[in-house]
Amino acid sequence: MITLTLTVNGAQREVTAHPDTPLLWVLRENLKFTGTKYGCGIGQCGACTVHLDGKPTFSCLHAIKDVMGKSVVTIEGLSSNGSHPLQRAWVEEQTPQCGYCQPGQIMRAAGLLKETPKPTRAQIVDYMKTNICRCGSYNRIIAAIERAAKEA
Amino acid sequence: MHLQPSQPLQRREFLKRSGLALGFLASPAGLLRVVDAHACGEEGDIDLNAWVHVSNSENTITVKCPTAEMGQGIYTLIPLLIAEELDADWRTIRVEQAPSDKAFINPDHFNVQGVGGSPVARGAQGYWRVVRLAGAQARAILIANAASVWGVATGECTTEPNNVVHAASGRKLSYMQVAKLDDVKLDAPLLTEKDLKPASQWRLLGKDVQRLDVPLKVNGAAKYGIDVQIPGMLYASILRSPVATLPHPLYGDGAENGPLKVDAAATMQIEGVVKVVELPHAVAVVGTDYWATVLGKRALKVEWKQGSLASQYDSEAKKREWAVIAADRSKQGRAIDNTGNFDAAFKSAAQTLSADYVTDHVHHACMEPFNATASMMHDDLELWAPTQGQTWAQQACAKVTGLTEDKIRVHTTFLGGGFGAKTEQLPNAEAAMLSKIMDKTVKVIWSREDDVKHGAYRPLTAQHMNAALSADGKVTGWSHRLVADSVLLRARKDVWDKNPGIDGAVAVGMTQPYGIPNRHHEYVHQLGGVPVGYWNAVGNGFTIFAVESFIDEIAAKLGKDPLQLRIDMLTDAQGRAVLELVRKMSDWNRKREATALGVGYNHGGRWNCQIAVVVEVSVDRVNGTIKVHNVWAAADPGTAIQPRHLRQQLETGIIWGMSSTLRERVTIKAGVVQQSNFSDYPVLRMDEIPAIHIELLQGALGQSSGAGQIGVAPMAPAIANAVQRLTGARVRAMPMLPKQVRMVIAEANAGPTAV
Repeated sequence: MITLTLTVNGAQREVTAHPDTPLLWVLRENLKFTGTKYGCGIGQCGACTVHLDGKPTFSCLHAIKDVMGKSVVTIEGLSSNGSHPLQRAWVEEQTPQCGYCQPGQIMRAAGLLKETPKPTRAQIVDYMKTNICRCGSYNRIIAAIERAAKEA
Repeated sequence: MHLQPSQPLQRREFLKRSGLALGFLASPAGLLRVVDAHACGEEGDIDLNAWVHVSNSENTITVKCPTAEMGQGIYTLIPLLIAEELDADWRTIRVEQAPSDKAFINPDHFNVQGVGGSPVARGAQGYWRVVRLAGAQARAILIANAASVWGVATGECTTEPNNVVHAASGRKLSYMQVAKLDDVKLDAPLLTEKDLKPASQWRLLGKDVQRLDVPLKVNGAAKYGIDVQIPGMLYASILRSPVATLPHPLYGDGAENGPLKVDAAATMQIEGVVKVVELPHAVAVVGTDYWATVLGKRALKVEWKQGSLASQYDSEAKKREWAVIAADRSKQGRAIDNTGNFDAAFKSAAQTLSADYVTDHVHHACMEPFNATASMMHDDLELWAPTQGQTWAQQACAKVTGLTEDKIRVHTTFLGGGFGAKTEQLPNAEAAMLSKIMDKTVKVIWSREDDVKHGAYRPLTAQHMNAALSADGKVTGWSHRLVADSVLLRARKDVWDKNPGIDGAVAVGMTQPYGIPNRHHEYVHQLGGVPVGYWNAVGNGFTIFAVESFIDEIAAKLGKDPLQLRIDMLTDAQGRAVLELVRKMSDWNRKREATALGVGYNHGGRWNCQIAVVVEVSVDRVNGTIKVHNVWAAADPGTAIQPRHLRQQLETGIIWGMSSTLRERVTIKAGVVQQSNFSDYPVLRMDEIPAIHIELLQGALGQSSGAGQIGVAPMAPAIANAVQRLTGARVRAMPMLPKQVRMVIAEANAGPTAV
């Protein structure tokens, strides 16, 4: 195991883990940021999406040894109190059902709005299709992104 | 306890309860905290019964939710039902997960505490009567105590939200003030359904509110089973047989597929691995670091036992073999609700029709894979689990540890999807076994690959249909033979053993209310050996595919409009109403360019919710891809407690139905599941979702129903029917993969008979 320092949600944090441990599991089990979810482990579902140096990224695909010195933002760090426009829109549209995939969906959507503040529906669908929602809340995810883009 | 509709609730069910209840509390403000029921000792805090806690100090009323929140909205529905009868101010309502306790068993769901059958049906519907009576009884207690303080008769008192009112003297006591009285009497009159509010007086039910769990689900605070963190806990990753293995702990240990020889030398070299444990069915790597256990699992060398029944299972061969049995009437099964004389009708028919349908296994693929955390200390076990069955979890953990059920305390977390999968108890049993062996808290996490390769798959089926038609175009006879393995035999063997051959979760949906005088429905059980389980909408997913496809085949034979034929045949007025509505919504009679419409209907059976769907599809005739452009759905749930949320539940079912129709498939060779993850078990993504239009009728306001699974089943036949109307080709297999669609189109073009 190795000990290294990461910047997560604005603070430096020291962790000890096997060097090949995916960032996902370090966030969840070492640092207890359990809002970032395990869904597939192979970059197929998007439940583990975090921002790595500002870009939405599958945290299951990045070994901890490769993210040293980089900045990670998880759903817990997106806003201090759930007040990010996307989070408010997600509540307003009552988007989540089981809710398990939603932190990943919101982090992905935050990346979209950073790149394209006023996305078209087609742009939303194209950007968001990386993320699976087994409850099928897709139409309400689209509605929430459209709402956030309008209100932001 | 088994509650009959007219039987009053017994007072003992409402005894004041105390004791440690560790649960998660969700509040509209988005707070999440662990609740310790001992804290209820504060002045002015009181349990009015098992379900309702009034806190003067916090100015809140906390409702216990008996079952798991898995997206079906139960954390809001149960509090609403109670608040309605309690006459509570919704803004002061909080929800808390109930502990595993007999006070919370569901009389409409195997008499256990759990959720299944339908997320809402067996959640809110099962508890529909019980919790409203609990709310009414709590209100009666508050009235009685206020009346006693005022020295007036209870009959002179009424309530307004959160207040007892004595109108004659203009006095009021808030519920919180009553809770603070010195000596609150908890005796309450026994109430029956006659004492409940009529629908016309509902203040909360039927009006959309924001769900109480949603704020926790947008900031990472919601805790699922996989999120449980207990100081000092160990982790376990489990290497499983290549052969699909998911024993139900009450009826087997899976040893037939278990380890024969284990070489753990390389595993034990990995830093963070503590122990390798041979379980009857698998080999667990236990460690202080989760990833160390994953590495340790990869380093294990295990020889597995050979020769189990499951290891001889080949899904492609089974489809062919069982299709032969389905068409062979000498292979007898168990008849279900047969009427008239099908043989006589068939002999005297002017014309007859037959068709064979097959469906593959499908998997739940819940976003949260199986997991559980257990802590066994002396003769007491605590389990933290995303489980649909608290009582079953107690039974399973008791079985594998030797403890009695009352020593097992289940802390239910949020579920990252349930869909029937999380009625399974093996993960809970694994955590319990490992905690006992390690004498520590152990969290078991299944990999996605384990979850896909060792699931509780929907049974594979073959179905043979026959119809007898009269000279004047009436359906006079109907026969439906279903061949499949049994879920009940595997998951509820004690129930199966009492009446072998009958499985209501598999054969459900065969009897739709079409007024056919001579009907034969028969379920022929075949044992496959691979794990089959409760999948969203259970048997309806394949039986209604056959029923509703075959109705369209009959319509085509008779030269009738398939939607009109259904309306003409249905004996159920609500069924006709949803079909009429969906005809209007979809503009059914308007001819489309390059697309066609297809219809599917589901009576709903014990879910008590009718639905008719129309889909608009196009087909790429070169590559065989079916695209669904629009879905119109008309449903009659009786009472829509939360109309907006109910639409969401229907939409979930519709999307599941589409996903399983178009692509989901588990194939098995020599007992080994050929898929492993979302890469080879694809489910619908955002770019494949059609426009979905839903309208609700409330034909029988006051009736409860379950809408969570009702949209699944009609999708497959609606899509197949639309494809037939567009291309002339009849798809009789699920899923409708492009290769197969290309084949049936080619065959339809080549000759008059589609296969």
